[in-house]
Amino acid sequence: MAEMKTAAYICSGCGIGERVSTAQMAKIAQKEGKMALVREHACLCDESGVQTIKDDIEKEAVTHIVLAACSRRVKTEAFNFPTVAMARANIREGVIWSQPEDAEHAETTQEMADDYVRMGCAEVKKMKVPEGNPNRASNKRILVVGGGVSGMTSALEMAEAGYDTVLVEKSGALGGWAAELVKRVPSQQPYADPADTGVAELAAKVAAHPRIALHLNSTIAQTDGAPGRFSVSIAQESGATVTEEVGALIQATGFTPYDMMKLPELGAGKSPNVVDQLGLEKLVKAANGGAVKRPSDGGEVKRVVFIQCAGQRDESQETEGRHLPYCSGHCCATSIKQAMYFKDANPDIDTMVMYTDLRVPGTGEDFYRSGQQKGVTFTKGKTSSVEAAGNACKVSFKDLILNEDVAIEADLVVLATGMVANSGMNIDIPEEEVEKMEVKPISILNLNYRQGKDMPQLKSGFTDSHFICFPYETRRTGIYAAGPVRRPMDMTQAIEDATGAAMKAIQAVENASLGRAAHPRSGDLSYPIVRLEGCTQCKRCTVECPFGAIDEDEKRFPVFNESRCRRCGTCMGACPVRVISFENYSVDTVGMQIKSVDMPDEFSEKPRILILACENDAYPALDMAGLQRKAYSAFVRAIPVRCLGSVNTIWITDALNGGWDGVMMMGCKKGDDYQCHFVKGSEMASYRMSKVDDTLKQMGLETERVATYEVAITDIERVPQLINDYAEKIKEIGMSPMKGFA
Amino acid sequence: MSEQATARYTNDFLREVEKNVEEGHWVKMCMQCGVCAGSCPLGSAWAHPPQEIFMMIRAGKREEVLTSDSMWMCTSCYNCMVRCPRQLPITHIMHGLANYAHRLGLSPKGQPTQATATLFWNNLIKKGRVNELTFSLALYFKDGFVQGIKNALNMQAVGFGLMKAKRLNPMEILGGHAVKDQAGLKAMIAKAREIEDRKKGFAK
Amino acid sequence: MAKKEYAFYPGCSSQKGASASNYLTSVNAMCDKLDVTITEIPDWNCCGASIGYAEGGELPRLALSARNFALAEQHLPGKEMVATCAACWLAQREVKDRIDHNEVLLKETNEALAAAGLQYQGTTPVRHMVEVLIEDLGYDALKQPVVKPLEGIKFAGYVGCQTNRPFGIDGESFENPVYLDKLVETVGGEAVPYDQKVTCCGGALAFSEPEKSQKQIRDIVESAYDHGAEMIVTPCPLCQANVEIYQSEINKKHGTKLNMPVLYYSQLMTVAYGGTAKEAGLDGHLIRATRLEDITKK
Repeated sequence: MAEMKTAAYICSGCGIGERVSTAQMAKIAQKEGKMALVREHACLCDESGVQTIKDDIEKEAVTHIVLAACSRRVKTEAFNFPTVAMARANIREGVIWSQPEDAEHAETTQEMADDYVRMGCAEVKKMKVPEGNPNRASNKRILVVGGGVSGMTSALEMAEAGYDTVLVEKSGALGGWAAELVKRVPSQQPYADPADTGVAELAAKVAAHPRIALHLNSTIAQTDGAPGRFSVSIAQESGATVTEEVGALIQATGFTPYDMMKLPELGAGKSPNVVDQLGLEKLVKAANGGAVKRPSDGGEVKRVVFIQCAGQRDESQETEGRHLPYCSGHCCATSIKQAMYFKDANPDIDTMVMYTDLRVPGTGEDFYRSGQQKGVTFTKGKTSSVEAAGNACKVSFKDLILNEDVAIEADLVVLATGMVANSGMNIDIPEEEVEKMEVKPISILNLNYRQGKDMPQLKSGFTDSHFICFPYETRRTGIYAAGPVRRPMDMTQAIEDATGAAMKAIQAVENASLGRAAHPRSGDLSYPIVRLEGCTQCKRCTVECPFGAIDEDEKRFPVFNESRCRRCGTCMGACPVRVISFENYSVDTVGMQIKSVDMPDEFSEKPRILILACENDAYPALDMAGLQRKAYSAFVRAIPVRCLGSVNTIWITDALNGGWDGVMMMGCKKGDDYQCHFVKGSEMASYRMSKVDDTLKQMGLETERVATYEVAITDIERVPQLINDYAEKIKEIGMSPMKGFA
Repeated sequence: MSEQATARYTNDFLREVEKNVEEGHWVKMCMQCGVCAGSCPLGSAWAHPPQEIFMMIRAGKREEVLTSDSMWMCTSCYNCMVRCPRQLPITHIMHGLANYAHRLGLSPKGQPTQATATLFWNNLIKKGRVNELTFSLALYFKDGFVQGIKNALNMQAVGFGLMKAKRLNPMEILGGHAVKDQAGLKAMIAKAREIEDRKKGFAK
Repeated sequence: MAKKEYAFYPGCSSQKGASASNYLTSVNAMCDKLDVTITEIPDWNCCGASIGYAEGGELPRLALSARNFALAEQHLPGKEMVATCAACWLAQREVKDRIDHNEVLLKETNEALAAAGLQYQGTTPVRHMVEVLIEDLGYDALKQPVVKPLEGIKFAGYVGCQTNRPFGIDGESFENPVYLDKLVETVGGEAVPYDQKVTCCGGALAFSEPEKSQKQIRDIVESAYDHGAEMIVTPCPLCQANVEIYQSEINKKHGTKLNMPVLYYSQLMTVAYGGTAKEAGLDGHLIRATRLEDITKK
């Protein structure tokens, strides 16, 4: 690689020139930042500005550039120089827009701008141009596990998009549960009548598609590898195993109906006239267009009662929440559909849906109204028991509107029991507990990963994914979840889900073939580099990686599967000996910035507060606060980080040793309803920082000098307030006694 | 299982209401939100707010619904109706139920609004236009002569005031306003009643 | 502007010697000033009002209103029907709404009408006088004839129920209609905001459930007082009668001192347009609107 040649460009556009002395900034870049080339420009993002930089790269052999202009989040198209390392000092959003425009603030505003130039120069000198993951692989076939509506939809979507697809189904036929349905809840205008499922047609298309290889009666024996190079062993019915090489996987293994036998109080197992929703589909199918007969004696069905939330939404004390705690979402509409089976055939049959809250969102409301129009009645009531009474059932319930306990007779009782995800093993259950289990969990993917055989679950057995931003992204890169394995859903949602997951799988194989990261840093060419000679085999990186990207070799050294990596840097933050880095993001790129600022002395009344802001939410919030001219303290210096998980505690100790008066860490929400783009990053950071207090005390510092905040991208008003409150707090505590020792 | 329990929650009464009660076909569309109950100016006077009446119909509580005096609390303010998220014409359904209960002879005896309504209707049918004086007098005397005198005395000041303001004409007692084609109007009402009675199976 | 002509349905309460006779007096004066011609529908009948349902049932009630339409169609063809009474207007609109959209009811209604030698065609729309004023004439035109603006008088615009729900005036909200306030301002008065603008006065239940109705009335009048109003103005004859007449009853029972005049919008307009107290029907009140009477003397 060529010699490093640095250049700094100071922009005076967008009012920067009127607010701060760019000449002084240029001087700092040259003298303190040691930039080989320093140029000022009146509007750096315009054609002449961009051309100046391009010329310097070409003719002057510049390899590292600092742009002191606007936030790194804007003008990314103009400032796109992929061949050089680039740091951007945020003078516009971060300085002139965040500081009041008056004489009183002129001095501190200039100091901020000067420091950001120092920081940019310090950062860029530690950066390299990322070259892309060298261990790239370019298999673009995609394997789908599960042949239900979700799996078939994913396979077909990808095949139609030109990607060879392998579909593995454990049973002997395609279709899954949907194939058991007589009709489905309508997905089209006017949302009034049960509709054809379309499953047979879909299955025929899948079976006949030249790009889809089908494995029926097959399961996954082992999954090995990483995006672009997965090797999947498929166990066939005959006992033989075949191996498919693929670039990505989709897990569409669906659900199992909650076992109604766990509901004897609702008559399950006590009378053949009590069935679950799938049981009713079977009865209607068996009737083959004729009237559905009472299972116990073949008698006429005059009244059907549908009991919603059977074994669902169970958080009650008396049952100790032993049933499903959640709502399966589809069951209300499904019961309405099933009541219509009867009403459409014979309006004289009474059909009653017993609910506590009817949940039919979206167009389901139209379907609900249609049910009412057809004479399906709805009773807000809580069923206490269902008992066999001769050839009928006695349904005892409390009418919650009329506040009465009632018992009525029904010929048929249908229990809406809900969905249990087929996610495989819960890898968070310790092995010794698994040993004690009567029924051993069966893995679906059989991943040959250090962190477990299946994908991590969030709660209630559904695979973990970021429910707002990245619903299909599991915590295993290149493996996507679609359909009810991810969350309870109906067929319309499953089809949408399957299509989304197909697109993500395609992106994954394409990115993998180019050595780039998948979401959320899609296209990032940097990758984790480990200096193994310094490694102490402490395993923290392998344990803390939220994505199972790091395995261990026989000597317990980490083995990085770069293409499974999301580039969050959680491993870098975890490493106590700091041997993990990225070419353009490392302990040094941030550490040197922290050390580069001009630190006023103890008596200056100018404290310095370091902000380590997550680039996904907190940093944009800071930018937007600037954009809206919400002023905040001039004593802060913000450094964007990939994720709070990437924050290495050395940065904190360096900062405190260097005389910084406080450190604010701003990351995303953690916990079950996390907002962290890397799932566990903010949680890891919070855990690590809980240990910082001891360090502070050892240093003789107040614990308030390090503070962690959860900040959302929408916290545009709140972020300046947090900063100002914290600055006030630091003023109270007083200046750090550590100044001048570094 | 008792016979009553078996009959409960069947749709028989719902079907009867759909067939015989004005706008009764809307009852099944109620989604039990309760906005009607919270919107009624006389809400606290209803033993069963409209929402509950609808549920009682679905629960087959024929007797309880038709003998209830709740519907008779309706002031025809239409607040429930404009707020109903399901656009049920609640006011009309309540009127329809009241009328149905009355025609079946099930409405509570001596229910004042019902008695007033009957007097009002008879008054208007007589001449085709309402005679406010004879209507008022009939109202005062509906509970008997002695009570009538008391009622009239109670409202004496108001009555004199209205008379002075030319808004109550004592000469109306001799006849007052009327349509010219009284025969035609009466024939029309008789015909309408005949059709309705036939349709809804009311005994003549 | 072309002269406006309408088929007029005055309703029982507007008749001579009836409870809203002064409403009609002022409407006539107001229409004169605005050059609006209203021709009474010959031989019109009672609409059944809001309490006719209980004894009358559905079809006889439909027939009553249909008869009025049939008479208007026959004698005043091409003219829109205009009603001044809220209940009359509502009944006519309701009936039209229902039989225009239900063939069975239409057929049965016409069967009944045939007994009186009439037929309903469905060609005549029905309007409330307020609609005529604000839609056909517009606030600007209503302002023009003002010669004695009602300056300095604070009115509580009491819209009530039946001109507001379920149909209401186009473009107005059910919860806070503003047309009445705008009419007040058009004639130079001040409309005070208060919270009982669309509260029910008890309607026909004023007779049968006096305690319950009088509670409603008391709330309305007290709220008007609390918000600084001197007078209440309404578009509805039953509202006017209930809210005015029962104030003395309430005072008797509860020791209150309610004494707030309750006017029709048409009276305000007549006064502002320079009409006499008699033309405005100001002599028809138990609680006299003396400040308005004073203006007429100026």
